[in-house]
Amino acid sequence: MPPPARAKSARTLGIDRFLERWLPQIVVSPLFAASLIFVYGFIVWTVYISFTRSGVLPSYNLAGLLQYERLWSTPRWYVALQNLFVFSGLFIAGCMAIGILLAILLDQRIRIEGVIRTIYLYPMALSFIVTGTAWKWILNPTLGIEKFVQELGFPGFSFDWLIDPHMAIYTVVIAGVWQSSGYVMALFLAGLRSVDDEIIRAAAIDGAGPVRTYATIILPIIRPVFLSSIIVLAHIAIKSYDLVVALTNGGPGYATDLPATFMYSFAFQRSELGVAAASAVMMLVTIMAIIVPYLYSELRGGRK
Amino acid sequence: MNGEGIVRRKGARQAVLRALLFTVLGLFCLVYLMPLVVMISTSLKSLAEIRTGSFIALPREVTFDAWAKAWNSACVGVRCNGLAPYMWNSVAMVVPAVVISTFLGAVNGYALTKWRFRGADTIFALMLFGAFIPFQVVLLPMARTLGYFGLAGSTYGLILVHTVYGLAFTTLFFRNFFVSVSDGIVQAAKIDGAGFFAIFFKLMLPMAVPTIVVTVIWQFTQIWNDFLFGIAFTVGDSNPATVALNNIVASSTGVKEYNVDMAAAIIAGLPTLLVYVLAGNYFVRGLAAGAVKG
Repeated sequence: MPPPARAKSARTLGIDRFLERWLPQIVVSPLFAASLIFVYGFIVWTVYISFTRSGVLPSYNLAGLLQYERLWSTPRWYVALQNLFVFSGLFIAGCMAIGILLAILLDQRIRIEGVIRTIYLYPMALSFIVTGTAWKWILNPTLGIEKFVQELGFPGFSFDWLIDPHMAIYTVVIAGVWQSSGYVMALFLAGLRSVDDEIIRAAAIDGAGPVRTYATIILPIIRPVFLSSIIVLAHIAIKSYDLVVALTNGGPGYATDLPATFMYSFAFQRSELGVAAASAVMMLVTIMAIIVPYLYSELRGGRK
Repeated sequence: MNGEGIVRRKGARQAVLRALLFTVLGLFCLVYLMPLVVMISTSLKSLAEIRTGSFIALPREVTFDAWAKAWNSACVGVRCNGLAPYMWNSVAMVVPAVVISTFLGAVNGYALTKWRFRGADTIFALMLFGAFIPFQVVLLPMARTLGYFGLAGSTYGLILVHTVYGLAFTTLFFRNFFVSVSDGIVQAAKIDGAGFFAIFFKLMLPMAVPTIVVTVIWQFTQIWNDFLFGIAFTVGDSNPATVALNNIVASSTGVKEYNVDMAAAIIAGLPTLLVYVLAGNYFVRGLAAGAVKG
């Protein structure tokens, strides 16, 4: 029904009607356009560049799979991929194990739960650069843990993972798990709290012990939390850039390179735009393979 | 007493289990707190004490010299003005970026849910995808675009970048909230003659205050802690605090001043840490929403 008794010319009424009909679309469209340009347009540009001869400057002449051949014949890329597998595997496993354990322990109606939860989760509020700086100091081979243990009475103790090319990636795992396991704890604690008390009581009446109750009844109910936690962690792992920069800067040499640091180095330090674009596309494809099916099922499931 | 969670058997066994439970929880508290305690304690020591003592020992003599140096005279590259100017860079970047991206996310989420037009779901799904791309895939074109518009190396460029790539998340937060608001309220307001923006400002925004808080805290934490965009799109003077911190720590000239490094790290982390301590529950809600729980 039109607003009554308002003296308006037919023309303004027309504009009003037009706005009423189209305003939502008009409001959303610039944002949608921004997303089209800055997300999809830029992805298309990067994908295109990855198929050209681009070096220091972008070139728009197509060169087939040249850059991908160069990428996949670069030993450093294999180091980055291997590190990604090691890092993401241990990072996800470590965060899940610790996060689930802490969530279950905190679920036992602890009076100071709020305080403890705050302590477990505060690293998530900090930049990886900040926590990386702290861990770099703690793991410092001459002044950190090594010296501390030596002075405890073990003069032969050695802990120099940070500068050991074979072990340095594990320091990234340690700092990463320390930083992100609280996140998993929070997600699982919320999941545990959503389980109906009746089910738990029924299990107790059946005589199931606490371990069995969790392993066979409660955790299976909150199976979706496993999936979303793993997806989120995989996503963090693949995008990990600042933690490595702060802790090892990809070193020693390029021993702790991840695809993210590889891409940055080739794009902004070595000016190999084509190879950098190709590595970025590989990262995108990996993340899409994980995220798209997940988002698809989430969005479908969320619709009533 | 009944209400001890799952572990609820009475007697000695129960007491032992509770003791074990608290021991494990306490040990993990120590593990999580250790780096923070080490940072604070190291920042309060003199360099001589750091070299002779253990990294985990508390300072024998507390000195704030390292804090003063980290704030206004530590060297970031060739400039020795401390972290202070870069902290202001971060503030100048984070405030507009958070305000703009939160506001646009609110309008967007409202329009997509309460004025459901054809294609609204598709638009949302397409925008949401932007929250999950690895930013490496947009670094090169973004660097060129910022250069083309003369925004390279400026705080304005960073504001634009953070606003654009924050939109997916802010829209997600508000969409999830507005979906839960009854359509009846909006219909009633429409019948009363209220328009799109009147309903938004007078009716929807006041209801969405908790979501606004969650979004602001999420965006503030994300943008303040960002390193990738900061290092890729700014140079020297316009670096945000995270990039300057990394430059202080990574500088290889002169004596390595671990106490200054630690003080600088705490200063750079303090804003988000304070927000977390003051509004932890909202932060956790943001994290949970960030996991895209259907």
